Amino acid sequence: MKMPYAGAIDCDLHVPAPSMAQLLPYLNDYWRDQIVNRAIDRMPFAMMSYPPNAPISMRADWRLQSTANPLEALRAHVLDALDLKFAITNVIHGCVALHNDDMAAALCRAVNDWLRTEWLDREPRLRGSILIHPQDMSQAVAEIERLAPDHRFVQVLLLAMGERPLGRREFFPVYEAAERHGLVVAVHAGSTYRYAPTIVGWPCYQFEDYVAQAQAFENQTVSLSAEGVFQRCPGLKFVFLESGVSWLPVTMWRTDKTWRGARPETPWVDRWPSEIIREHIRLTTQPFDAPDPTAVAQVLDRIGSDEILLFATDYPHWQFDGEDVLPDGLPQAAVRKILIDNALATYPRLAQRAIGGETAAIKEDVR
Amino acid sequence: MSRHVVCPADELPPGSRKVATVDGREIALFNVEGRLHALLNRCPHGGAQICKGVVTGIAKSAGPGDYRLERHGEFLRCPWHGWEFELATGQSWCDPRSTRLRNYEVKLEAGAELVKGPYVAERYPVTVEDAYVVIDL
Ligand code: FES
Repeated sequence: MKMPYAGAIDCDLHVPAPSMAQLLPYLNDYWRDQIVNRAIDRMPFAMMSYPPNAPISMRADWRLQSTANPLEALRAHVLDALDLKFAITNVIHGCVALHNDDMAAALCRAVNDWLRTEWLDREPRLRGSILIHPQDMSQAVAEIERLAPDHRFVQVLLLAMGERPLGRREFFPVYEAAERHGLVVAVHAGSTYRYAPTIVGWPCYQFEDYVAQAQAFENQTVSLSAEGVFQRCPGLKFVFLESGVSWLPVTMWRTDKTWRGARPETPWVDRWPSEIIREHIRLTTQPFDAPDPTAVAQVLDRIGSDEILLFATDYPHWQFDGEDVLPDGLPQAAVRKILIDNALATYPRLAQRAIGGETAAIKEDVR
Repeated sequence: MSRHVVCPADELPPGSRKVATVDGREIALFNVEGRLHALLNRCPHGGAQICKGVVTGIAKSAGPGDYRLERHGEFLRCPWHGWEFELATGQSWCDPRSTRLRNYEVKLEAGAELVKGPYVAERYPVTVEDAYVVIDL
C-alpha cells in the first residue's frame, strides 16, 4: 500500500557508507598513520555479500548521479517523498569484521562521529545508530557511554551473524548500557563471515546467503529468549532490521512447544517465550516475505500482536517497488501503529522528542 | 460423586506409586512422604501414562545463571515430553490455566469408618483394624 499520511517513522534507512578517505578526518593521528601507511585506506570495507553496485543494492530510480549530493537525494527520495517525521540511519561498515579490536573500535568511533557530523547535524529528521564492534565488550560499552548524551542516537547496532549468538552473557554489559540509556539494540542482516552463513556449511551463491539471513534471525530470537536477556534487562527492546517477518510465528510456536518440556534447563525463562518475544522484539517491515495480502494478514494474526512491526524503507536497497511502502493485507488499525505508534513505543528517545544533541557535551577521548 | 476404597494403606507406603482401575478409569496413585495424590493416568498432552513420570521439585531462578530446585516432591514430570504438573492440583506449570492432569480427592480412612458406608469397596474386604486409601470420583 502507499504511504497514507505524513509523519511516519522509517526505522531502517541507509546513508551511503563512508569511504576511508571520508573517515580519515575522524580518526586520530595514530590511526590515520596506520590506515594510510599500511594502505588500509585502499580497502573498500563494504559490508555486503554482493558487489556494491549490484542491482539489489540500490533501486534504479534511487541511484545517484555521481555529482548529486547524497543528502539532497535522501531528502528527495525518502524524507520528503514520504513526508517522514524521523528516519533512523544505519551504517553497516566493514570494520565490525576486523580481528584487531582496537582498530575496529577506532573505526567505529570514526563512523559514528562521521554520521553525527555529516548527517545528523545537517538533517533534523535523521536519527542515528551507534555502531559497535561486539568483540571487545569494554570498548563497545565505552562507545555507547561516549555517545549516549547525544539523544539523536537512538540505538546500538549489531550484525545478525557475528562470532557468538547474541543471547550469550558476554553481551550483557552492552545490553545493560543500552537499557540504562534508553537505547534500543538493533540487529541488521549481515555477517562478519567468521563462520558459514548457513548452519549446514558454506553456500556457493549470494542467493543462498540472502535467504539464510532470515534463519540467522530465527537463531538469534531463540538465543535471546533462552539466555534470559530480557529477564536481565526487562526494559530492553531489540529491533531486527531486514530480517523478514513471516518466519516469526513458526519460530514462536516451536520455541513455546520446546520450552514446555525443556523448561528446567533454563529456569529463568519464566513465561512463554512467545510472550517474551512479543514484548521485547520488533521487526521491520522490509522485507515481509509473504506472497499476498491474505498471507500477510494471517502472519500478523498468528504473531498475535500488531505492536511488533515497525515501518522501514531499507532505503536505498531494492526491497520494495514503486510507491508501495507497506505490504497489502495489514488490518487498518495496524497501519498507524506500524507507521508511527510502535516506533514511539519502542524507542524511548524518539518518544522524548529527541533533544539534547546540539547541547550535550560529548567526551572526546579518541585513542 | 462416588467414593471408592482403592487398596489397603500398606499397599501404598511413602515413596511408592501404583495404578488402580476404578470405575473403568485408570488412576495413578502416589504417596510422596505421606502425601497422597490420585491422578488420571493419562497426560493431557499426548496420553502418556503419568504413573511412569518422575516425582521431583520445580527448577526456579532469579535470573540467568541462577539455578534452584525447590518444592521437592511436589511436581511430576511426564515421562514422554517432560511437561511438569503440580501433584497437589494437577496443574501444568507452564500453562496452569488451560492444561491440567485430572486429579481426585484421595485420603486414608480407618476401616472402622468405612464399614459404615456408603463406600464402594470393589475388591477389598474392609476390616475394622486397618486403614485404606479412598478416592472420590
Ligand atoms: S505426553 Fe505428557 S508431555 Fe507429552
